[in-house]
Amino acid sequence: MAQTSLPGTGLLKGLAVTVKHLFKRPATLMYPYERNELAPRTRGVIALMDENCTVCMLCARECPDWCIYIDSHKETVPPAKEGGRARTRNVLDRFAIDFSLCMYCGICVEVCPFDALWWSPEFEYSEYTMDALLHEKDKLREWADTVPPPPALDEGAEAPAEVTEAIAKAEKELEAAAQKEADKAAAAEAATTEAKAGGSGPKKADEPKVAAGEIDQETYDALIAEGKSERIARSKAKAAYVKKEKARLKAEADAGGGDAEAAPTPKAADIKVEAGQIDQETYDALIAEGKTERMARAKAKAAWVKKEKARLAAEAESAAGAGAPAGEEAEPPSPTDAAGSDQAPSTDAPAEEPAATRKLGDVHVEGTGEIDQETYDALIAEGKSERIARAKAKAAWVKKAKQAKLDEEGGA
Amino acid sequence: MTVLTSTTALAQAPSILDVGDGVVLPILLKVALVLGLFFVVPLVGGYLEHKVMGRMQNRRGPVEAGPFGSLQLVADGIKFIQKEDIIPRAADKPMFALAPGLALVPALLVFLVIPLGPGVFAVDLELGLFYALAITSISVLGILLGGWASANKFSLIGGLRAGAQLIAYELPLIITAITVAVMAGTLSLVGIVEAQANFTLPGLEGFNLWFVFPQIVGFAIFFVAAMAELSRPPFDMPIGDSELVFGYMTEYTGIKFAMFLLTEYAGMITMSALMVVLFLGGWQILPGVATPGCEGAAGIMSCDPIGIAISVLVTLAKIMGLVFLMVWARVAYPRLREDQLQRISWLVLVPLSLANLAFVTILTVVL
Repeated sequence: MAQTSLPGTGLLKGLAVTVKHLFKRPATLMYPYERNELAPRTRGVIALMDENCTVCMLCARECPDWCIYIDSHKETVPPAKEGGRARTRNVLDRFAIDFSLCMYCGICVEVCPFDALWWSPEFEYSEYTMDALLHEKDKLREWADTVPPPPALDEGAEAPAEVTEAIAKAEKELEAAAQKEADKAAAAEAATTEAKAGGSGPKKADEPKVAAGEIDQETYDALIAEGKSERIARSKAKAAYVKKEKARLKAEADAGGGDAEAAPTPKAADIKVEAGQIDQETYDALIAEGKTERMARAKAKAAWVKKEKARLAAEAESAAGAGAPAGEEAEPPSPTDAAGSDQAPSTDAPAEEPAATRKLGDVHVEGTGEIDQETYDALIAEGKSERIARAKAKAAWVKKAKQAKLDEEGGA
Repeated sequence: MTVLTSTTALAQAPSILDVGDGVVLPILLKVALVLGLFFVVPLVGGYLEHKVMGRMQNRRGPVEAGPFGSLQLVADGIKFIQKEDIIPRAADKPMFALAPGLALVPALLVFLVIPLGPGVFAVDLELGLFYALAITSISVLGILLGGWASANKFSLIGGLRAGAQLIAYELPLIITAITVAVMAGTLSLVGIVEAQANFTLPGLEGFNLWFVFPQIVGFAIFFVAAMAELSRPPFDMPIGDSELVFGYMTEYTGIKFAMFLLTEYAGMITMSALMVVLFLGGWQILPGVATPGCEGAAGIMSCDPIGIAISVLVTLAKIMGLVFLMVWARVAYPRLREDQLQRISWLVLVPLSLANLAFVTILTVVL
């Protein structure tokens, strides 16, 4: 056995180690006076953003300790649109976590599909009694305010799907608003003979009112032929109808306002624009912006249709000698024309038969809920539902009232 | 044995507490000194242990109770008093209750003979060293009794281990003490301090030497044996938390447990004080250095009040130094196995101390 060192050296080494530590700074952190810098995503306590909670109960069911208590009731939400279906919604009454049972596994935070549960870095919530550790949603909500914001994404990382969607939605809304403005401006231009470019938007009352309900058969057939579903085809055809009708009414108004004695102008409804072409300019711009090919194509198509319509309308006007400068360029189309036809406002304005006489459109009758009893009874007798019968009877009443007004004026 | 009946015959040097002509006042003063030493110095030693052990383990030790946590042991004492005093049903109740006292009282009585300075002692017995060693070995009876009366196998094993350990280490301890007595030529503790003041080696006249220098081996043996005697780690097999729960103290709670703990801390102080007296020159600051305000042998006797105060402080400082060494050893070394413990005593320390005794005796006779 080789003696590597003198006997007792190990004992001295031990003493040396301990005495060395005697003069080192203690590792103790004087906690209530000093505080450690916690890791940013410290798992201190589970916080609740109760406004996000849908009472899906996933957390309570996944909890291995069964320490989450949830009470709720159902509430009926009135339909968003008249005639819509009433929805039910879960309302959170109680959300409590018993932290004397919780083992901080974080499964509830993991499973929460609506980001209602979060890890908060708060950890100083000790209590003198066990039952005081049962914290209700008010307390859990307070902790939610201490949750740090999510960490920044890596350089060049793809944005999360939710964020991308939200941005896209916001953009779409902005575009829709811009489109509306553009439509209004275009309408104002078309409506006035002064041909003021970029004039202020027309008054709301000038906006022709068109009742939705009818569909544009042409569009409908085209869409069906394209293989779209019946539902989609119907809704788009409806929108197309509204748009066309508006254009028609506008043209009528132009004719009426511009020169009452002028020969009947070609109706805007006659302006048939075949969709299918795309506006290359818009398309290029969108592609350059980084939009997808599909989106760019759709928007460019819409832009083309719009431009074409504007052009045709202008042509028609100039042909009618309404005073509008021939070949006037239509309002430059917004490069990102968002599904313009879908955005057409549906109004509850008095319904009109598309085949009604020209004069009828000039009469405005405000319906306040009166119905035409005769129509109503007839429809009920036909076996229509009460809702439909009432709606149609209302429309019939408005029509009758308008006719009566016209007759009165004529008589006077 | 007729000598023992007369206190006057036993007293070697007068205590400064023998004031006035009355009997009551000196007795009260001496009782106050002994009780004061017994209740204060062990607490200081305990605080030192807490702090030093904490720092050596990268902790801070007590910080909250009192300035720098200095009142931690007082707070602990108050806590122990408040604790429920549990006596196991199967325990031998009178013996169970008696044991802590039997362990504690001898630790208290040792302070009677310990000199802290010139004249600062309760009594200077002619057989002071004998008395101190005899009284300390009574403590083991309390420990054995506690272990037996607890009616608990861990307590019993702990008590028996303590008995075996104390028998094993009493021997080298006493032999080493005898060696010092041989060199000093007296058993009086004050006399031994005086002897060190006068002890010189040939050729070094005028420069006294403490017994630790010629007796470094004896000091080492005494130090190790004292730690084992006190069941201090690394010799704490009677307690051995990892194997015996808490040994003979397993069933004790509250104030009785505190009494056992105080016995241990008081034992640290008395053993350190004995080592100071036997090896480290008592209240002398350094070998060959006279205490200011004192005269007599090597300038450490017949002091004025300032000299006495300095002497007492020097003694206490030396005691704390030894306590620090004990704590240092406790932190550095792991607990020994029971057979290793017995082996060290019987196969190393006892032969070594006997050889030391023979060597010193021959030298003393020859020189």
